[in-house]
Amino acid sequence: MSKRILIVDDEPNIVISLEFLMMREGHEVRVARDGEAGLAAVRTHRPDLVVLDVMMPKLDGFAVLEAVRADPTLAGTRILMLTAKGREAEQNKGLALGADAYMPKPFSTKALVEKVKELLASTD
Amino acid sequence: MIMTGPFIVSVSFVYLGLLFAIAYWADRRADQGHPVTGHPTVYALSLAVYCTAWTFYGSVGRAADSGLGFLPIYLGPTLIALLWGSLLLKMVRVSKSERITSIADFIASRYGKSQALAGLVTVIAVIGVVPYIALQLKAIAWSFTILQHYPEVRMPDHTALPLWRDTAFVVALLLAAFTILFGTRQLDASERHEGMVAAIAFESIVKLVAFLAVGLFVTLGFLGLGGPEPPNPVENARLATLLKPLLEPSLAPFQDWFAISLLAGLAVILLPRQFQVAVVEISDERHLRRAIWLFPLYLLLINLFVIPIAIAGLTTFPDGRVDADTFMLTLPIAFAQPWLALLVFLGGLSAATGMVIVETIALSTMVSNDLILPALMRHWRRQPPAADLGRLLLDIRRGAIVLVLVLGYLYYRFAGEAYALVSIGLISFVAVAQFAPAVIGGLYWRGGTREGALAGLLAGFLVWIYTLLLPSFARSGWLPPAFMDSGPGGMDLLAPLALFGLVGWNEITHGLFWSLTANLGAFLLVSSLREPNAVEATQARLFVDALRQRHPTSLPLWRGRAEIAELMALTERFLGVARTREAFARHARARGIADPARLPADAETVAFAETLLSGAIGGASARVMVASVTEEEALGLDEVLDILDEASQVRAYSHELEQKSQALEAATADLRAANLSLTELDRMKDDFISSVTHELRTPLASIRAFSEILFDDPRLDLAQRKRFLGILVSETERLSRLVNQVLDLAKIESGHADWRTEAVTLQEVIEQAVTATGQLVEDRGIQVRLDLPAQPALVWGDRDRLIQVLVNLLSNAAKFAPAGSGELGVKLSQSMARGTDPGDPPWRVCVSDNGPGIPPAELELVFEKFRQATIDGAKPAGTGLGLPISRQIVENLGGHIWAENAPQKGANLCFELPAHPVDPFDHKAPL
Repeated sequence: MSKRILIVDDEPNIVISLEFLMMREGHEVRVARDGEAGLAAVRTHRPDLVVLDVMMPKLDGFAVLEAVRADPTLAGTRILMLTAKGREAEQNKGLALGADAYMPKPFSTKALVEKVKELLASTD
Repeated sequence: MIMTGPFIVSVSFVYLGLLFAIAYWADRRADQGHPVTGHPTVYALSLAVYCTAWTFYGSVGRAADSGLGFLPIYLGPTLIALLWGSLLLKMVRVSKSERITSIADFIASRYGKSQALAGLVTVIAVIGVVPYIALQLKAIAWSFTILQHYPEVRMPDHTALPLWRDTAFVVALLLAAFTILFGTRQLDASERHEGMVAAIAFESIVKLVAFLAVGLFVTLGFLGLGGPEPPNPVENARLATLLKPLLEPSLAPFQDWFAISLLAGLAVILLPRQFQVAVVEISDERHLRRAIWLFPLYLLLINLFVIPIAIAGLTTFPDGRVDADTFMLTLPIAFAQPWLALLVFLGGLSAATGMVIVETIALSTMVSNDLILPALMRHWRRQPPAADLGRLLLDIRRGAIVLVLVLGYLYYRFAGEAYALVSIGLISFVAVAQFAPAVIGGLYWRGGTREGALAGLLAGFLVWIYTLLLPSFARSGWLPPAFMDSGPGGMDLLAPLALFGLVGWNEITHGLFWSLTANLGAFLLVSSLREPNAVEATQARLFVDALRQRHPTSLPLWRGRAEIAELMALTERFLGVARTREAFARHARARGIADPARLPADAETVAFAETLLSGAIGGASARVMVASVTEEEALGLDEVLDILDEASQVRAYSHELEQKSQALEAATADLRAANLSLTELDRMKDDFISSVTHELRTPLASIRAFSEILFDDPRLDLAQRKRFLGILVSETERLSRLVNQVLDLAKIESGHADWRTEAVTLQEVIEQAVTATGQLVEDRGIQVRLDLPAQPALVWGDRDRLIQVLVNLLSNAAKFAPAGSGELGVKLSQSMARGTDPGDPPWRVCVSDNGPGIPPAELELVFEKFRQATIDGAKPAGTGLGLPISRQIVENLGGHIWAENAPQKGANLCFELPAHPVDPFDHKAPL
């Protein structure tokens, strides 16, 4: 069943690959190129799941995450964080701020797709 | 006027009474705080106790006998006085701080406060000096007898008189009384005897006046103004022979002159009485300055008329019936000058009594402190002593005074007219000269040891006995005379007057030579057998370095357990309760402690108590006494040397230390700064690595994702496949570019980059860079304008690196310039000459674009690694290392690079490089 997925990342090629993977799974995909646009898109489009990069211009992934979690109307939004910063501290920070899952770059496409499935299943 | 016995005795009594009065008055003044000894002239005059009756009467005798032979006895002290500024000053300083009471105490202190050494010095001094005291008594008795026969000139015949009629005995008793009264007023022998010194200074004036009076009388006579007639040698051949040494003075033999000068020079500081007046009695070390010239002047004055008097004597008494030693007295008698004769008698009496008094005080201190007290202390170990030892000690010292005088008198009675008495003056000097190696060596050499000093003194003393004392006995008929010439058992080599075949020297010179040789040899040899121990090293420092400190103090080199109460009790037994309490209270106050009973019983306090006792009983005995109430732990030499080193270095190098600590502070600050910058560098390195990994993961993520997509999904259409493969290729390129640039940057930053330096024309560089970026520019539809001067812009640099910079700037600008309508400009110009730079102004290259420009806050940041400005919110392609690398290159070539916003639109990235002078013979240069 189709879900709305928002991809927030400033790396065009990564966006292309994520978009392809999510659309192949039959989801409705939107893209934002920076944190601010991403947060706005979450508010307007109410995606079921956000694939959120950490290092982005204007507003970084953690800030977007915090803003989303601070808004009770967005409580059901699943958030999967992707980052090229592989340190454990970053991962813990993301999880502590309320991310549902955390994947380091480069990621395995299979694992990503599985994780997205898993997260979307829990929304029902 | 008849000089009857009773008259002379009365005059003598009146004179001695005057001495008592002067001494009493001076003591009173000192008690009131106005000591006459505070005057440097009094000090210098008191040193003239050196001139005894032996010199007062004997100089003329010596001159009549051997011409100028009397002179070295005064020449030596005059020459040695030149060294007083160091030698005597050291002795004074050490003695004051250590409360040294005598020459024996001085030597014993220097070599570790050894009782044995002090005892030996005392024995030598007593044996050497008591006959000398006898000589003074004899001079008094003689002069009394001669004067008594006035107006007849008659030599005394030595019929033994009953004691009560023996002038010498009566005088000895009087002197004992004087010495006891004014010499033992207080127990502390290191304290001054103002009364005695004042009396001695007065006596020095009397004997000088008497001598000058006779001299003037004789000289006036020679000038035809009365008195003796000048001699006429032609008239009397025999007289001519007699006067020959006087009228044709000669310095030969030189070795005798040298030896006697040396001897007298040493005696003037080493004789117990000289040590007493010069070192113990000095009230202010600045008095030495006057004594250094006044004392030699005194000696000069008292010798001025020796030769005229001798000539007058020989002329007046040509038959040899009158002893030349009595000319001083017999001349005024012969010329019927009773008052002059009486004055001479008083002068001689002054010379004799002065010597006897001071010598007796000095010897009695030594005998009581260094011979009797150690014996008593051994006795006390078995049987505890009485509580008040102070009284006992004073009584012992008084007893010693009587003992010394009685010994002197007995020797006089026993030796009578014997050679052993007459010749004792110089022989006595040789005995005390034995102290010289230990004293002078101890003041200038740190290596001397107790055994060395003992061995030297003993060797010198034994040789002295053998070469001088025994022969004088032999000449007196007390030993078989044959022994003098042939040595014991006929061994000529050991003959006392020609030891080891040394003949032709004066007996004194011979004895001095051999005794000092043996002494010095044994001192050095035995001292070299071992290193000085802890106590010796401490004292050596104190003595040798005495001039470095105004008040030398011994370091508290002591470790052990002591009770303050016991220390005080010990001191009280000798010094009395009042003085002890007062001294300890003073010491406590100096250390900032109110109650003396609360003084810590530490090294400093123990040293204080020991020094306090030293003044009363001598250093060696004080050490033993203090040791008896404390439990001292032996300090090793190493520890002592450590402490000494530390102490001397602390003084000597405190300045250096200060400097070093400043340097240290500076170094610490530097290190802190370095550490800070290292921490910063470390943080930057971490950031860099973190950034690099991030930048590597990003293309890797794309590569992996698309590879997996392509691999997993065989049904992808061709267009999509191509698109994904294109992304793969470009991301791979990006990855390798990134790796290359990171390596490149690391290479430049670490300084390992190879730089080719050559003259480069910037026009060529710009053209090549534009060609290299042509494809990129063309793809984005961007125009490039070049603005280059005709004149070749020569710089000194690496062509390839400069092209790299230009390519970076151009591709950077191309990224920011809007696609399609983008315009790039490259302008080369010679910048305005700035500052005081000599030579040509630098070349400037600016690359401009018509893009969005750089936010002002980021103008500087664009040259930092992985700092990328965003273009319309999106991230530009590129590694984020191009500009940092460019900056490294430009700065390496001595230029600088910066970013600025163009007035209209877009950014300007510019760099300047120093111009390379154009070589006029370069074919590229315009003619």
